Amino acid sequence: MSTEPVTAVPVSEIVTPIRLDYRYTPGEASSRFLRGMKEGRILGRRCPSCLKVILPPRGCCSMCGELLGEEVEVKDSGTLVTFAVVNVNFANRTIDLPYVTGEVLFDGADMTTMVLLSGVPLDEVRMGMRVKAVWLPEEQWDYTLANIDHVEPIDEPDADYESFKELL
Amino acid sequence: MRDVAVVSYAQFAARNEQSRNEIEFLLPVVKEALAPTGLTSQDMGFTVSGSSDYLAGQSFAFVSALDAVGPWPPIAESHVEMDGAFALYEAWVRLQHGDIDTALVYAFGKSSPGDIGRVLSLQLDPYLAGPLWPDAASLAALQARVLLDSGKASEKDLARVVARSRRSALGNPHAQLKGEYDEAALLDEPLYADPLRKHDLPPITDGAAVIVLAAGDRARDLCEKPVWIRGIDHRIDGQALGSRDLSVSPSTTLAGRKAGLGDIGGGVDLAELHAPFSHQELILTEALGLDETRTRINPSGGALASNPVMVAGLVRIGEAAARLAAGDGQTAVAHATGGPCLQQNLVCVLEADK
Repeated sequence: MSTEPVTAVPVSEIVTPIRLDYRYTPGEASSRFLRGMKEGRILGRRCPSCLKVILPPRGCCSMCGELLGEEVEVKDSGTLVTFAVVNVNFANRTIDLPYVTGEVLFDGADMTTMVLLSGVPLDEVRMGMRVKAVWLPEEQWDYTLANIDHVEPIDEPDADYESFKELL
Repeated sequence: MRDVAVVSYAQFAARNEQSRNEIEFLLPVVKEALAPTGLTSQDMGFTVSGSSDYLAGQSFAFVSALDAVGPWPPIAESHVEMDGAFALYEAWVRLQHGDIDTALVYAFGKSSPGDIGRVLSLQLDPYLAGPLWPDAASLAALQARVLLDSGKASEKDLARVVARSRRSALGNPHAQLKGEYDEAALLDEPLYADPLRKHDLPPITDGAAVIVLAAGDRARDLCEKPVWIRGIDHRIDGQALGSRDLSVSPSTTLAGRKAGLGDIGGGVDLAELHAPFSHQELILTEALGLDETRTRINPSGGALASNPVMVAGLVRIGEAAARLAAGDGQTAVAHATGGPCLQQNLVCVLEADK
């Protein structure tokens, strides 16, 4: 072993790789939802207490603490409740900037879902805008919400602010 | 100090819960614990949980789990990234403030989705020990070796702990490993992490536990036989494994003293010790000065019989309280641990209502 003194230069960085593998269990309610996505259907569940349709369902109503009840098929059209124009990409995102991420209230659901919005100039994006899902080609459908590539505007009058203000 | 009691307790444990997620199996346990009190989660003065997001591999998994409580309208709520027993400590402190009378404590965790031995490595210091990825069983084996070399215990003692644990677990519907085992036959089993054999390790368990606490007269209103927390304290040993004598647990001894274990004349009737590895029960028994001829050790079978990580410590308090409430003794000590090789330790002294 060397008898030379250890250098006084500080260690400024070390690399310690971490890798953990998991077998994810979506749970009963989310499994139903993911199987629905594989078939191109959006399946919510109704809370037996507040009667809201929770989407995507994770097992229980996040407000009431009750196990979810009946399954409710939700439409793939909906209302843009709120949105953000993204000008700075984050790690692993390869979408061209700028893009719009929106919270969409699909018709029949009582909770918004985060999706990308395309097919409209940025300065025309507005709350209350009516949109519809654009699905990936059917042969690419998997057990994921990503089967909905994005939503785009449809030719319908904007939803009244009063109809979605509770969700903001 | 304000008198605080365990007024209700419920738990769930399974070897590998593949169909339900954490929210889905926690919710029925919350309801089961609340039912006998007639209260809802909205009635609770305080709610606190213990869990680790590393078990599920999902950030903010503890926030998702709040769904199971019914947190709307907003409730006063907190979380510790530790075993639920440490969450119970926070609830006990909160109840000492005097402005609330009830608290809901829950713990949940699935040990099955990941490689739990590696997941627990992330508790180590991230610069020097962590990058070596020593798994939990290997670290426990180092501790067991130190204990055996100290001459205070033998491999036969480890087998005796395992055989007793599995025999006691016969009466525990939540236990995963139970049965009659011959101590000599256990010693014929091959070594797994020398000097530990597979049966010296805990099973991999998914589970949840819920305890309702109440203060003073409110506790008597809410249940037939409150089990009073006579003292509770937690302490920690040094983080560097090489800096401490692994054959002893001074933090357990100190926590026991601060919790007033010595004030129970003649010793407690039963002890629930959170010892995921067989040799750790011997270390804890010594650290708390328990006499096995006086005190029944781990009548539930302990963590060797069922070990939902982040839950098993709270289960020790729940199991001890449930036995006292059922008239199976007057005094008990419950212990919970966290970190590698018994690094953090909590001791709770319990007494049944007279």
